[in-house]
Amino acid sequence: MPPVLELRNITKAFPGVLANDHINLDLNEGEIHCLLGENGAGKTTLMNILYGLYKPDEGEIYVRGKKAEIHDPNDAIALGIGMVHQHFMLVPVMTVTENVMLGVEEKRYGLFLDRAKVAARIRELSQLYGLEVDPNRYIKDLPVGIQQRVEIIKVLYRQADILILDEPTAVLTPQEVEGLFKVLRSLVAKGKSIIFITHKLKEVMALADRITVLRNGRTVGTVTPSEVTPEKLAAMMVGREVNLVVSKQEAHPTEPALEVKDLYVADERGNLAVRGVSFDVRLGEILGIAGVQGNGQTELVYALTGLLPIQAGKVRILGQPIRSTSPRAILERGVAHVPEDRQRHGLILSFPIHDNFVLCTYFWPLFARGLRLQEKAIYENAQKLVEQFDVRTPSIFVPASSLSGGNQQKVIVAREFSRPIRLLIASQPTRGLDVGSIEYIHNRILEKRDQGTAILLVSSELDEIMALSDRIAVMYRGQIVDIVPAAQATKESIGLLMAGIHPDEAMKAAPTRPGEVERVF
Amino acid sequence: MATPPNSQETRNAASPAASPPRPGVARYVSGSAAQALLVPVLAVFVGLLLGGVVIAATDAGVAAVFRAFSADPGGVFRAIWQAVVKGYGALFYGSIGSPREMLDGYRIYLETGDNKALLKAIYPFTESLTTATPYIFAGLAVALGFRCGLFNIGAEGQFFIGALGAAFVGYSISGLPAFLHLPLALLGGALAGAVWGAVPGYLKARFGAHEVVNTIMMNWIAFRLSDWLLTGPMQAAGFRPVTPNIKMTAALPRFFEDPLRFNWGFILALVMAYVVYWLLFKTTIGFEIRAVGANPDGAKYAGINVVRNFVLVMTLSGALAGLAGTAQVLGVDHWVGQGFSAGYGFDSIALALLGKSHPLGVVLAALLFGFLRSGATRMQSLAGIPIDIISIIQGLVIIFVAAPALIRWLFRIPVPTAEETVLTRGWGK
Repeated sequence: MPPVLELRNITKAFPGVLANDHINLDLNEGEIHCLLGENGAGKTTLMNILYGLYKPDEGEIYVRGKKAEIHDPNDAIALGIGMVHQHFMLVPVMTVTENVMLGVEEKRYGLFLDRAKVAARIRELSQLYGLEVDPNRYIKDLPVGIQQRVEIIKVLYRQADILILDEPTAVLTPQEVEGLFKVLRSLVAKGKSIIFITHKLKEVMALADRITVLRNGRTVGTVTPSEVTPEKLAAMMVGREVNLVVSKQEAHPTEPALEVKDLYVADERGNLAVRGVSFDVRLGEILGIAGVQGNGQTELVYALTGLLPIQAGKVRILGQPIRSTSPRAILERGVAHVPEDRQRHGLILSFPIHDNFVLCTYFWPLFARGLRLQEKAIYENAQKLVEQFDVRTPSIFVPASSLSGGNQQKVIVAREFSRPIRLLIASQPTRGLDVGSIEYIHNRILEKRDQGTAILLVSSELDEIMALSDRIAVMYRGQIVDIVPAAQATKESIGLLMAGIHPDEAMKAAPTRPGEVERVF
Repeated sequence: MATPPNSQETRNAASPAASPPRPGVARYVSGSAAQALLVPVLAVFVGLLLGGVVIAATDAGVAAVFRAFSADPGGVFRAIWQAVVKGYGALFYGSIGSPREMLDGYRIYLETGDNKALLKAIYPFTESLTTATPYIFAGLAVALGFRCGLFNIGAEGQFFIGALGAAFVGYSISGLPAFLHLPLALLGGALAGAVWGAVPGYLKARFGAHEVVNTIMMNWIAFRLSDWLLTGPMQAAGFRPVTPNIKMTAALPRFFEDPLRFNWGFILALVMAYVVYWLLFKTTIGFEIRAVGANPDGAKYAGINVVRNFVLVMTLSGALAGLAGTAQVLGVDHWVGQGFSAGYGFDSIALALLGKSHPLGVVLAALLFGFLRSGATRMQSLAGIPIDIISIIQGLVIIFVAAPALIRWLFRIPVPTAEETVLTRGWGK
């Protein structure tokens, strides 16, 4: 039997870059085929070609043994190809049913929407594949894990039997990831075929039937999980040996650098996002804040760095209280901030790199005499940092927007780390970065800790929190559920805390009602 | 249509160092400055081309032979060609003048010391520069706003108020020497415009009121306020709603005798363009302004006081627009009447767009507008082509500048890698 899907010699060039260079990939029926590669390896380009968003320069696509011409997503859908995007394409103010039928509306008398019929079909699909969801709920009221189920149902409703999932686990808790994997396994058991795009090695090892690794637009190889180790996969992805284990010495914390007591913060729309949070971070230690995205971590960091006002509570930085202080005043106290959203806060994308390096310090006597910017000093500073932090860029004069995500992050890290700092607030410092860049930034953070800097690390990557932190605080719905020493934390215990279940309750709940944890979401 | 490489994946992998041959017209142009100029220049070109179509379509001669199209198609094309050449020839003669007359005039001047012929020959050219002067100031005003992400639609009102301020200082004070009176009058005009710009700036910073709405409202207030001033407190003796003439100590000196009105205002405008350039690109103030304009969230993160920059830029923008009116009063008209501004403030928005909000671009665009406007008057009298054709050409040019994708598509120019300047933001931000 021919494979359900076969990509032969797919080549796609963009000005200045060969995104896909004669890539071959085949997908068997009932198979989960993982597409593994760093950012920029060409995974998304390849899938966009398959989904009809790009036209390949060369190569052919065969679906169920027949040559297919895919010019736009409608062609792809007609061929039974469905895509679950990394960023959900849902309308928050509509119900699950309405979202699912959007674009393929069922009608009565050609005029009225037949919601009941669609809802019935959704229930059917839910039961068949274990995708539990209430068709009448509004998307905005659903947790992210469930929203993702809606995306999958959307694809199934359009009768896809080849599913493409683009980095689907980025927004999920470990438990939700388990739930997703269960769904995916039940899908393939019933004859669907899945392409799963990711850069996370552990997921690949747990889920894949086969793995195809891409690097710089080329296929490095196709393997099965039993043939490889995570280390070997990482080496295939990056093209060199990568140290996956962060080695760190014991922390020697001294005095507190950041003290937070009963902090309340409202988000930009005025809803209370942080509700009575207390903790402290001492010089020479890393406090990790774990939690699923959207549980108040963002607002917590914004309040600590002056980007959002403090509603109530006390914050002291290096012994001095802050209260509705400007970002600059906080910065001048020796605080560095690696922001969560590097394109929104961390960089002025249209500015050249050299200006981004002095974004927070352009007025320092070193860089400005009176009003006049000292271009020479700014250029020298940039040249120095580019070399020191290994930023891959053709020159210091190109706009920050032209750098890859990893190198953009390096610009921010270089800028923030090169000041004399006592407290570092790093939010999602490695989000979307490749294995090599992650390794580099982790080592830099540990180096800062060992030099006696206090570090508040916020990350939704549990592995990152576990690897770097000395203590771990877990946030859930705006509150800290618990703070535990990293040595005592396990992935499971933190995962439960991330779902808002306190260890004591979890002890009681887990053995008797195993289904409980999942249904919380 | 070809899909642009805008996915994160491909952008990440792109190495800007390796640049393949560019397709289309872009192949023949190198350098980033030339690249930046390419789209505006082509837009002007397409605008003039379509303007030619309009000239031909409205030409009586063409219409006459067109009825006999089947009999003599060649005659129609000849007529079209003649109409367009006559029109643009007149435009050229009206805006720049005749090179031959200039040479002849120069020779007469050398031989006899009589400069009448020479002055007559360069009159159109100097008149175009004179027309361009307020455009430069007002264009700089709007461009400065754009750089900070602000859309100053109020240049028109600020222009008017600035002119009234300068006129007031110009006629009400007497007995001052020129070296005091002129700077004072300039300052008066700039300050009046600055106040008119600062109000919407403050309202935006303090209350989040959108500057587009408020500058429009400030325009209306300016128009009606000037009506009242010109028929009341500032009215000259007599019945006409005009201010008294300014004292000559407050006037911007002219380079030649009448009727040439070319004056120091033009030089001042060029100096101001350089000052704005210096401020924007060489100082910490400009760093802040550009950061706020390009990414207000990033600017806030960096510790820049975003709202203070809004007030500052609106004030400076108002001052520049006020200087546009000032230069017109002190250099050209010497008094202010109703309907004084003639749309300079609104044209300047288009002009700032055409100049890509860069001071040099603004100067070039202002010269283009000055030459078109001033040449149009001559075109009307010499070729019988209505002055409105120039408005249509200007409109077409702006449409093409505002739709760079259209020009890129027409001439097969690839999308630039660098981000384009963010001109304005949506509502409510």
